Amino acid sequence: MEIAGIFKYLFERLEATGLGQPWVDLISLVAAAVIVFGFLSVVALFLVWLERKVSAHYQQRLGPMRTGWHGWLQTIADAVKLLQKEDIIPSTADRPVYFWAPIIAFVAAFAVYVVMPFGDGLIVSDLNIGILFILAITTFTIISLLMAGWGSNNKYALMGGMRSAAQVVSYEVPMVISVLAVIVFAGSLSMVDIVESQAKIYQWYIFRVPFGPIAFIMYIIAATAETNRTPFDLPEAEQELIAGFNIEYSGMKFAMFFLAEFVNMFTVSAIGATIFLGGWQGPWLPSWVWFLVKTMALVFVFMAFRWTYPRLRVDHLMEFAWKYLIPLGFANLILAGLMKSSGWFNW
Amino acid sequence: MSKGLRTEEFTINMGPVHPSTHGVCRFLLTMDGEVVVKAEPVIGYLHRALEKICENRTYAQCIPVMDRFEYCTSMSCNMVLALAVEKMAKIEVPERAEYLRVIMLELNRIASHLIWFGTTALDLGAITPFLYGFREREDILDLFEMTCGQRLTYNYIRIGGVAKDIPPEFTPKLKKFLDIIDGKIDDYEKVLTYNPIFITRNKDIGILTPEMALGYGVSGPALRASGVKFDLRRDDPYSIYDRFKFNIPIGQNGDCYDRYQVRMQEMRESAEIVRQALAQLPEGDIMGRVSRAFKAPACEIYSRIENSRGEMGVYVQSDGKSKKPLRLKMRGGSYNQLQVMPELIKGLKVADVVAVMASLDIIMPEVDR
Repeated sequence: MEIAGIFKYLFERLEATGLGQPWVDLISLVAAAVIVFGFLSVVALFLVWLERKVSAHYQQRLGPMRTGWHGWLQTIADAVKLLQKEDIIPSTADRPVYFWAPIIAFVAAFAVYVVMPFGDGLIVSDLNIGILFILAITTFTIISLLMAGWGSNNKYALMGGMRSAAQVVSYEVPMVISVLAVIVFAGSLSMVDIVESQAKIYQWYIFRVPFGPIAFIMYIIAATAETNRTPFDLPEAEQELIAGFNIEYSGMKFAMFFLAEFVNMFTVSAIGATIFLGGWQGPWLPSWVWFLVKTMALVFVFMAFRWTYPRLRVDHLMEFAWKYLIPLGFANLILAGLMKSSGWFNW
Repeated sequence: MSKGLRTEEFTINMGPVHPSTHGVCRFLLTMDGEVVVKAEPVIGYLHRALEKICENRTYAQCIPVMDRFEYCTSMSCNMVLALAVEKMAKIEVPERAEYLRVIMLELNRIASHLIWFGTTALDLGAITPFLYGFREREDILDLFEMTCGQRLTYNYIRIGGVAKDIPPEFTPKLKKFLDIIDGKIDDYEKVLTYNPIFITRNKDIGILTPEMALGYGVSGPALRASGVKFDLRRDDPYSIYDRFKFNIPIGQNGDCYDRYQVRMQEMRESAEIVRQALAQLPEGDIMGRVSRAFKAPACEIYSRIENSRGEMGVYVQSDGKSKKPLRLKMRGGSYNQLQVMPELIKGLKVADVVAVMASLDIIMPEVDR
């Protein structure tokens, strides 16, 4: 049974209770928030486990095996451990900044899902500026990293924070340009419209040669940088900056950064799947299954990057973004515009 | 820059507790943003007074202490002291023991280079090759374990020979290892050598000119990567190294990438030496005639061997009356490599500090002793 149907039924029952419209709106909003939050928490826990397993198998290890079947309880055990930890705040830290940084990271990571179409009709709110909203919210993460770097009052953390600021600002540009090429073709900023414009498999934007694949590869590169994952994990370069911005964080605050990181990875994968891989479109299976399958496929790509590549250096990273990616992105955008206006490729 | 805006240099304390200073090396880095203006190594965090400890022990008792000198290649440490004392006391070493020594030394060199390979990849942010390197090192450690019962501090090469003969299952396992190692090194090269990110991170970084290398006394692979073809196994042959055919890989530019290449080649050459030694391995005794507590004549001697991190030497002075060395001085390649570091990393980024250090393969017990 389609999940969307269940929600619709519940919503109708709620309206039938005779409560006023504001109450119905409030209850349905809170319910949606709780459901999305619960779903994403589970996803984050699952991704942490998955990363450990994927890395283990890349490295010819087994990974966690003892807590539960193939260690599936491991992340839960870790989360419980982190909850029990003493919350240490460095005496020289800038307290409010230090305190708010993980919360902002956490909120920004989750807020994106307001406009994410999980399936056919499974969307909290179909904003007509959906993709713009997503791109705006994901940028918030960088504020939290900068705050963490500054607030910790640690030189390594500060360097990590500065690096992340430089990096995310640079890579935001190619990411937006690559998405823009798709928007030109879809003719809408709404996530639902973008998905619906890719009904057939040959209509997926990744298959719209030549601009689609280029935009997709650019998006994947920029998204890796956005989520601070290898080979672009400079802000938390373990071997240089020890742990970068989160060096002074411990306990639950660290866990919030950590979970936010994994939610972010899921976010960029979900956006990629929605924009380039047809979102929830697909035959036979329920729409939300397709969404999850495509998203997890991209998540796996990001994990494969992380466990294969060395890290770039900070100046190479900037060079790559400004000298290669951005010019390529603009050329690609013009190409997409030409293709759209000529109408030849508009299948 | 306008009057209102100015930047300030700041000091970072890198180490002694840092994930990639290979132990407890400490650098005081004066930084201008990401760029290193000045680097000052601070050493001594791993000082254990090994030389002084040796002076209070008989020569045979010094061997286990030497194990701790450079724990990645304990065999070499055993060997260098054994060579010195054998020369002093004129002890004959049986043929079989010499061959076993060479096999163990070269296996140990491969094991040490595998650690270097793993940590280099790790320092550049690639975590997976680290475990690949350790996977093959595990095979070598198994071989050592079945021979002498130890996996890190072997205490195997003794004065006058070796401690134990190899067990019967040793040779088949070694042959199996020699069969796979070349393929495995090919795999490593696939992962790192031709990776564009790895190349940009290493090429033209930390260029060590031949003059500078010789001036600072840099030796081993780091020297050969600068284009100086100097290998003690060929130029000052000890033990029976003159009986084997092997190439000495050299680099051209002396940058991190050349040092990487040289070490990768050396692993293949070491495997080749082990193959030759295994084929020629004679039967016979493994221990020469050594009295339990011999006295060396009054003399001083310096013996040196080619270790995986450069020239490893030991200077022994004997007064002819005591059973103990009057003075024992150790020389490790890492010390000189660390000395040249501040010159190499000046003007580089903080990320390159780690890359240069990894490529020089500095290990702190050898520096601090």
